[in-house]
Amino acid sequence: MGGELGRPLVCRIGLVGSAHPTVLAHPIHPLHPSTPYPHPTMHLEINNLTKQFDTRQGPVLALDDINMHVETGEFVCVVGASGSGKSTLLRLVAGLDMPTAGEMTVDGQVVTGPGSDRGMIFQSYTLYPWMSVQKNVEFGLKLQGVGPRERREMASYYLNVVGLTKFARSLPKQLSGGMKQRVAIARTLASRPKIMLMDEPFGALDVQTKETMQQFMLDLWNRTRVSILMITHDVDEAVFLSQRIYVLTAHPGTIQREVFVNLPSDRTYTIRRDRAFQDYREGIMDLLRGKTTPALVS
Amino acid sequence: MQAPIAVLWMMGANTFQVCCTFGLTPVTPTSPSFSTAPTASQGMKPSVFWRLADDIPKPMSTALMVLSIAVPFAIWWLVASLDLVNDKFLPSPLQVAQALGRLWTDGFLLDDTAASIMRVTVGFGLAALVSVPIGIAMGAFASVRSLLEPIIGVVRYMPPPAFIPLLIIYLGLGEAPKIALIFMGTVFFNILMIMDAVKFVPKALLETTYTLGGQRRQALFQVITPYVLPNIIDTFRINIATSWSLVVVAELVAAENGLGKRIVLAQKFFNTDEIFACLIILGVIGFALDLSLRGLMKATCKWAVN
Ligand SMILES: Nc1ncnc2c1ncn2[C@@H]1O[C@H](COP(=O)(O)OP(=O)(O)OP(=O)(O)O)[C@@H](O)[C@H]1O
Ligand SMILES: [Mg+2]
Repeated sequence: MGGELGRPLVCRIGLVGSAHPTVLAHPIHPLHPSTPYPHPTMHLEINNLTKQFDTRQGPVLALDDINMHVETGEFVCVVGASGSGKSTLLRLVAGLDMPTAGEMTVDGQVVTGPGSDRGMIFQSYTLYPWMSVQKNVEFGLKLQGVGPRERREMASYYLNVVGLTKFARSLPKQLSGGMKQRVAIARTLASRPKIMLMDEPFGALDVQTKETMQQFMLDLWNRTRVSILMITHDVDEAVFLSQRIYVLTAHPGTIQREVFVNLPSDRTYTIRRDRAFQDYREGIMDLLRGKTTPALVS
Repeated sequence: MQAPIAVLWMMGANTFQVCCTFGLTPVTPTSPSFSTAPTASQGMKPSVFWRLADDIPKPMSTALMVLSIAVPFAIWWLVASLDLVNDKFLPSPLQVAQALGRLWTDGFLLDDTAASIMRVTVGFGLAALVSVPIGIAMGAFASVRSLLEPIIGVVRYMPPPAFIPLLIIYLGLGEAPKIALIFMGTVFFNILMIMDAVKFVPKALLETTYTLGGQRRQALFQVITPYVLPNIIDTFRINIATSWSLVVVAELVAAENGLGKRIVLAQKFFNTDEIFACLIILGVIGFALDLSLRGLMKATCKWAVN
């Protein structure tokens, strides 16, 4: 696995509004050589994104002037309180809603609607209940016109990646929540997105399963180096998984801080005991509480 | 003559005992402190018969299902054989069986049943063919819904039998008006029920499809349609009952043959046993249709049945 990144264990904080670096603070690990289906390179950029909902009670400003970016192979998390517009942000990036102002580009192309270059994992398990696990994973490829043989091979590969080969013939209703989410992840990976968007994918899981899934997700990312933009309200999860974290404020949602997480990429649960890990967590918690944080100010 | 009832009763009672002995492993409520002595009468009393939204043991359900048919049948038998009612009015099961045999040997039974089934098949088949695409389109597109829902909403409340005179004026006395009646009486309900099912397709499932690279067309045919297939089969199962009564209504009014016609003829000659025979045939065929659609559901939509 890609643990040989040799990053300096120094907390670096990128402030809001700082020109987003085209050169990353840390070099991204090259695509893992053992992946038979390498994920494409990409550059997601979000510029001055604003979203206002017009409700009966009047307009609700969900997101206000959001600027952020994700690069190839990065694992980026967005944390924020409930109602800070996290889901709204992800739906905009996925093209499922349209922004009030601003734009998002993927490799320079403006997002105008949903597409397979931005795969989405929802919190509610969205497997097709009438399809077997295998067919679910194949479905994205089928939609894209991939032939049955290639489809089967790729689906089998990704089912193996998520460790569910044995359940290929099962129906979704025969799986547990964590297994369903792994199938959804395999399905998204198989349809070769440039970036995987995840909206609180483990929010509905119990503590143990959640921890297993987080470890799984980190290992998966280390193996495939697929670019990930993940929403969570669990700060611990964000620090454990990501390399960069955007912290949102609520009402309206704005980016309060960009935090670089300089921890080794092959983390295990024991890292939660490390001082550095706890500093990140407490620092971000303080930000969410509305305090300026000594732990994160460098 | 009371023997069959007694036997049934004993059989039922036995099965009940069996169920109760293995259905009722005592459930002791565990308190949070894990105390070993279970406190008496705490919490809900366990029950097999009155379980809410839960299965009962197989032998018990079989026994209850047998009783469901056997008890009414036994009462009929009993009342008929006690001669409380003139058997011109209430024929005994035996007389009805004989009437059935008579109708069979005369060839009427087969002819009439075939005629009625044919009308239902064509009329309901057409309604099914029309209602699936329209119902799905109305559920999927708010535009189509706005266009069609008001008119369908009004027309469906016009009782189909009220159209019989018009249908006879327009289409004559042959097969056409009967088929048209069945079609009209079921197509609107089919459409509206299928439309409602489509409205319940989770939006996240469609959005997932789009983010997997699917187009609207693919979402319509490869996600919405298979998702509502079990609802479509259920809709048909419910509405085919309506077509079954409409065919009899049509035949009561004017027909050459059919089970409804047979009932009218039997009434003329005061052959209540034949009327009973026809009613039983209607019930049995309807029930068989119901069962076969349930079977179809089990065979094609394993994911939707447990
Ligand atoms: N479709 C909508 N119509 C009107 N208002 C909406 C809509 N979707 C979201 N909002 C509003 O936008 C704000 C942000 O909602 P959003 O669901 O993005 O929050 P969130 O950060 O994902 O919260 P949570 O952590 O609870 O999921 C909320 O104030 C919400 O009321
Ligand atoms: Mg949300």
